[in-house]
Amino acid sequence: MAEYKINVNGKEKSLKADPDTPLLWVLRDKLDLPGTKYGCGIAQCGACTVLLDGKAVRSCSLPISILKEQKITTIEGLSEDLTHPLQEAWREFDVPQCGYCQAGQIMSAAALLKENKSPSEEQIDNHMQGNICRCGTYLRIKKAIQSASKKL
Amino acid sequence: MTLENNTNKSRRKFLKVSSAAGGGMLIGFNWMGCQSEAKETVVKEVMKAIPKVWSEFDAFIKIGETGLVTIMSQNPEIGQNIKTSMPMIVAEELDVAWKDVVVEQAPLNEEWYPRQVAGGSQSIRSTWETLRKAGATAKQLLMETAAEKWEADLADCTVSEGIISHKDGRKISYGEVASDASKRETPDPKTIKLKDPKDFKIIGKSQKNVDMEGILSGKPLFGIDFKREGMLIATALRPTAFGQVLESFDDSEARKVSGVVDVIKFGDKIAVLAEDTWAAMKGKKALTAKWKQDKKAEDSAFHTKTLLEHLDKKSKEPRRVDGDVDKAFANADKVIEKIYEAPFLPHNCMEPMNFFAHVTDEKVEMIGPIQTPAWTESRIAELLKRDKEDITIEMTRMGGGFGRRLYGDFALEAAEISSISKKPIKMIFSREDDMLAGTYRPASAYKFKVGIKDNKITAYHLTEACFNGEMFGTMPNNFPCGAIENYRVDCHKLESNISTGAWRAPYANFLAYAEQAFLDELAGILDQDAVQFRLDLFEKAKANPVGEEHNYEIDKFVAVINLAAEKAGWNKGNKNLGFSAYYSHNTYVAEVAEVEMQDDRPVVKKITCAVDCGIVVNPVGAMNQIEGGIIDGIGHALYGDFSFTEGQAQSSNFNQYRLIRMSEAPEVEVHFIESHNDPTGLGEPTLPPVGGAVANAINAISGKRLYRQPFVKYFKELG
Repeated sequence: MAEYKINVNGKEKSLKADPDTPLLWVLRDKLDLPGTKYGCGIAQCGACTVLLDGKAVRSCSLPISILKEQKITTIEGLSEDLTHPLQEAWREFDVPQCGYCQAGQIMSAAALLKENKSPSEEQIDNHMQGNICRCGTYLRIKKAIQSASKKL
Repeated sequence: MTLENNTNKSRRKFLKVSSAAGGGMLIGFNWMGCQSEAKETVVKEVMKAIPKVWSEFDAFIKIGETGLVTIMSQNPEIGQNIKTSMPMIVAEELDVAWKDVVVEQAPLNEEWYPRQVAGGSQSIRSTWETLRKAGATAKQLLMETAAEKWEADLADCTVSEGIISHKDGRKISYGEVASDASKRETPDPKTIKLKDPKDFKIIGKSQKNVDMEGILSGKPLFGIDFKREGMLIATALRPTAFGQVLESFDDSEARKVSGVVDVIKFGDKIAVLAEDTWAAMKGKKALTAKWKQDKKAEDSAFHTKTLLEHLDKKSKEPRRVDGDVDKAFANADKVIEKIYEAPFLPHNCMEPMNFFAHVTDEKVEMIGPIQTPAWTESRIAELLKRDKEDITIEMTRMGGGFGRRLYGDFALEAAEISSISKKPIKMIFSREDDMLAGTYRPASAYKFKVGIKDNKITAYHLTEACFNGEMFGTMPNNFPCGAIENYRVDCHKLESNISTGAWRAPYANFLAYAEQAFLDELAGILDQDAVQFRLDLFEKAKANPVGEEHNYEIDKFVAVINLAAEKAGWNKGNKNLGFSAYYSHNTYVAEVAEVEMQDDRPVVKKITCAVDCGIVVNPVGAMNQIEGGIIDGIGHALYGDFSFTEGQAQSSNFNQYRLIRMSEAPEVEVHFIESHNDPTGLGEPTLPPVGGAVANAINAISGKRLYRQPFVKYFKELG
C-alpha cells in the first residue's frame, strides 16, 4: 500500500492503495463514486470512461501509481446541478434503457465536445466506437450528442 | 384496507428532501443504506410538498397528506423500462397527475404482487389488469370518502388529477381524504370500473424514465454499486471448462495478497474474500487449482456434427402433424431442403453478474440484480436449508438481463459464500467469469424441407435440433402452419454439459431468422414477390385453415406486413430491401431492411418496422425497446460468434467477442398499429425478425443466401 493524492471532481483526495490498483476501483471502492462502471477491465467497452484533464480515458486500465497532477472528472462531477448540455440532451431523448453504460457514454461524449464543439456524424461514430451498449441505445446517444453540440 | 397491519419490514421508506433550483422540491430515496458520499438518490423534482404521513392503499399505492403519491413498481427492472410504464398504468386509473407520482422499487413479496419476473416480454401483459384495478380501487375509496364527508351522492362526484369535485362546485384533494380513505373497507371488485382506453391521459403519452436523474448523476442504482459497512468483496475461481470438477487447490499465494481476508472452497469452486474489489481480483489470480475432466469435454465440431446428424431423423413425438408430408414429398415436382445453423451465444449484460448476501442464524438478506426473485428465493431456501420466511430479496436496477439473470446461480453462489464465511459479502463476476461461466443461448440447427407441385407448396417439414431444450409448446403452431396442407414439426432435444438457457427472445431469436430467410428463398424459387407470397399464404390460412389451431391472428399479422411494406416503399424501385415478419411474445412485427455494399462489406442502412403490441403504454420507452431489439438483433446476427474447445469457451472478453457499435446502428423507423387492445410486450419481439430481414436484403444485393450466423463469416465471399 502506498499513499496517493489525486484530484477528483475538483477536490483533492488522499487515499491508500496498492500501486497497481486501477483508477476505476479507487473511485468505486475507496472514494465512494460508483457512477463509473466496471464492464470489462481491459479497456474494451468504455463503461469506465472518465476524463483526465478533459480527455477520455478508460479508468479500468489506468493504475493509480501513474497519475500525477491530472484533474479527474467522473459522471458525479460533470456538472454541479445535472445541467451539462449532454445531461440535458440525455433527458430530452430519454436515452437510457438499462442505463449501465450511460455514464461512460456521457463521459466519452463530453471529451469529444470539449475538443470539437460541432462534430460530424462520422466524427461522433469514430469517437464513440469504444463505448458498447448491449441494449442498443446508440441512435439516441448520437441524437443527444448532436443536440448537445448545437447548444454549446 | 388490510395492508395497514401488513407492513413489510424490508421496505425502504426514507425520503430525503432538499430544495431544487427550479423552485420545486427534489425528492429522493435513501438507496439501500449505501455508505456513499452521495447518499440521496435524486429521483424526481416534484411540485408538491413532502408528506409527513403516508396512507397505504394496497401493495401499490401510498398517498401523502399533501397529495404526493408513491407507486410501487413490482417487477425487476432490466432496462425494459417497466419501472416507468407499470406505475403509469396505476396512476392512470388512480387519476392523478404523473408529475405528482414518485416510483419506488418493491421488494419480493409473493403475497402482495403477482408474477415478479422480468422475462418473456410479459411484465405489462401479465399485470395490466391488476395494476389498473389497484389504481381504480384506491380511486373508488378516495371518492367514497369525499362523498361521505360531503353527505353527497357518489354519482355526483368526479375526479381529475387527484382532485375530487362535486357537481355543486365543492372540491377536495386526494391528500385531504387519503388517511380516512385508506381505512375504508375494500369495495367489491365487481363494482370497480376501469376507464375506457379513449379516456386515457397518462397511458399513451411519453413519460421519461423514472431513474433518469439517478443514471445521469452516477448514483448507486445497480447491484454492483451496493455497499454495506463491513461487507467483503468475493470473487470465485470456477472450473476452466465445462464438465470439470475440482481436484485440489493452493491458496498460499492468494492469502498473501494485501486486502485478502479469507479463501474458502464451496462445491467445485474457490472464493476469495477481500476488503475491496481489486484485492479480491488479485487474490483470485494468485490461486492455483487442479481440475479433473469428469464429463465429456465438448467442442464446437462435436456440437455441429451432433446437431446436423439429427436433422434427418424424425422425433418420437412430433410437435405438429397435418396431413402426410412424406406422401406429399413423394408426389412433389420439386423438393427443397435448406439447413440453418446457429452457435451458442453469451448474454454479455454490461453489468457483470453480482449479488450481495448476508446469511446469519436469524436471516438471509439478499440484494441484487435478479429477473426471477421468487424462484431464486426458493432455491436459496433449498440450498441453505432455511425457511423461505427467513429470506428477503431486494431487487436492484439491472445493467441488462437478456435472460442471463433469470438463472440466479450468482445469487446462490453469494448466499453459499456468505453462509460458509459468516460474513456479509458482495460476490462479483469479472467479465471473463461472465463470458466463460455463462448460461448460453443453446446452439441449434433447423432443417426446412418443402414439396412443390404445380408451382404450389404442398408440404412443409421443419426439423429442429437444439441442445438442452426445444421450442415452446406453442411455437410449432406458428405461421406458416394453417396455410399448408401437409405440415410437420419435429424437435430433437440433445444433451450438452454446456449450461444453457433463455437468451433475449428464446428460440425465436434464431428460428425467426431461419424461417424468414427460408420463406424468402422459397418465394424466389416460386418466382413470387416476397411480401405477396406471405400474404397469399395468410389468405389460404384464412379461407381454408389446415389443422386444429394456429397461434397467430391473421388480420393482425397481415396489417403489420402491409404497413411495413408500404412505409418502406416495398416494390417501389429500391432493390436493396429485404423483408421479414414474425409473431413472438404476443406481438406482431414486420421489418424491412435496407442494405448496401460499402468497401466490399454489407452495411445495414435502415430498418422500417411495423408493430402491433396493442395499446402503447409509454411511446418513448416503447420506441427505445424497438430500436434496441433491432440493433441488438443485427449485432448478433452479424457478429455473434462463440465456440468451445475441450469444454472451454474460446472468447472471454470484448476483445474476442464483437458486439455492435454505434457506427453500425442503422436508422430505425417505427410505425405502430393503432390499437385499443390490451398491451402485450416489447422487450423481445422486434429482435427475432431482423436477422431475416438483413439476410434477405443481402441476398437482394448480392444474390447470396446466408445459412449460418454470424453473417460476418460470409463477408469475404460477398466482397
